[in-house]
Amino acid sequence: MRSLGLLAGTGAVILRFLQTVGEVLVLLWQAVRESRAAPRNVDKILAQMAEIGNATLPIASLTAVFIGGVLALQSGFQLAKLGAEENLGGLVGLSMVKELGPVMTSLLMAGRVGSAMAAEIAAMSVYEEIDALRTLDIDPVRYLVMPRVLASLLALPVLTIYVDVLGWIGGALVGTVNPQINVSFRTFFDNLRQFMEVRDILDGLVKAMVFGVTVAIVCCYVGLQTRGGPREVGRSVTRAVVLSFICIFIFDYVITRLLI
Amino acid sequence: MQEGQGRGPTRGVAIRIVGLSKAFGDVEVLRDLTLEVQPGETFVIIGPSGCGKTVLLKQILGLLTPDAGRILIDGAPVAAPGQPKPYRIGMVFQSGALFSSLTVGENVGLWLKEHRVADDGVIERIVTEKLALVGLADKKHLFPSELSGGMRKRVAIARALATDPDLILYDEPTAELDPVMTDHIAEAIVDLKRRFRITSVVVTHDLNMGCYVADRMGMLHEGRLVEVGTPEQIRRSANPVVRAFITTQTKGMGGA
Repeated sequence: MRSLGLLAGTGAVILRFLQTVGEVLVLLWQAVRESRAAPRNVDKILAQMAEIGNATLPIASLTAVFIGGVLALQSGFQLAKLGAEENLGGLVGLSMVKELGPVMTSLLMAGRVGSAMAAEIAAMSVYEEIDALRTLDIDPVRYLVMPRVLASLLALPVLTIYVDVLGWIGGALVGTVNPQINVSFRTFFDNLRQFMEVRDILDGLVKAMVFGVTVAIVCCYVGLQTRGGPREVGRSVTRAVVLSFICIFIFDYVITRLLI
Repeated sequence: MQEGQGRGPTRGVAIRIVGLSKAFGDVEVLRDLTLEVQPGETFVIIGPSGCGKTVLLKQILGLLTPDAGRILIDGAPVAAPGQPKPYRIGMVFQSGALFSSLTVGENVGLWLKEHRVADDGVIERIVTEKLALVGLADKKHLFPSELSGGMRKRVAIARALATDPDLILYDEPTAELDPVMTDHIAEAIVDLKRRFRITSVVVTHDLNMGCYVADRMGMLHEGRLVEVGTPEQIRRSANPVVRAFITTQTKGMGGA
């Protein structure tokens, strides 16, 4: 009997998961369809992009410099032991561009902007504002979701390039100031240029775009699903951020595998 | 005299609800509800909180679909929001449901702007005009959070009016308001009724306000309309459910 209950429970969880995935995909499809209305909603898209930039830039700058620096510190010492410290630029540069840049930027964006998207839309759901939009014959997907998805799609690659560059600078600085590593700015960037191909940068930007859209759509979905009151708004924010993180990690693996 | 007559020309719609039922899980909210509202009439549905009044309005709006039964507006089934329809419905939500990120003026003008009904100058003029109708023309640039509860409700009314509706629905327009504000809102509803002669449905648990604004009213109890009549007929009703509701209210009013 107990094993049957367990089976039913597992089944229910799987069904719920599949239903959520399906609903998110439907919302994404609706947002894509509503993108026709993008030219008329440029003001909303730009406002969302500004919001993403404003909220993410300061913390992303700080994180980028330090991640680049620590990466250079960790690998610089190992490389110096092998006498291969001149390869520091390529190592830090590629790590930032292909992996750390897009992943870190989208995680930060999920925490800073995704949470705000989920909170705003969840509050709108709870306080009947979404119903009010519908009664005014304004499609919430066109009015709320589409501008956020497009803004994330456009803003994340730009932010990622910025983070990549700051990460390189952080790495180069650490390489220069540490006598044990002792890699000059010039050596760092020469090596970086030698290893880096346009393809590597594009791979990172593809990730950034996918992650950006994922965070926006997941956070909008969770917000729109919210029912109840202030407590549920809080729960939705946590749920949206956690779901975004999980999706970013899974998609990171999948995209990396596909692009190798 | 038949209700709905002698009111002169109206552009309001007729509502016919037949055998409407709606349940959430095991809870039956509406049971085989039947109701007719004449064009241009102000129909008030009274009943205690949580008796399904809001659910009824949401079904008239097409936000919820009935489990059974039909809602016909001017003879045609209710269309889902966003679908083309020959009439427009304005809704005043219980909470006001103003968009908190937009100013009062932007709230009122949102429908006009999103549907590109007119250019910005004209929209501005319409917004001022609708806000003036509810006495708030000078509050255009404030945000909803800067307004009192009563003002928010009045902005919600102005927002509904900006769509130039053929039917306006009020969900508990005076809930959570003090007696003075209740008076203001009731006056606003009566004023709009006289001015525009559109069909209105008001749901409320406030018997006094309901009687004041209604042409006819109905008492909703356990998912059905147990009594329909003029305010006077409702007050004099011998139906025990109606009597119980009225007596409770009167006791409350008398402070006994």
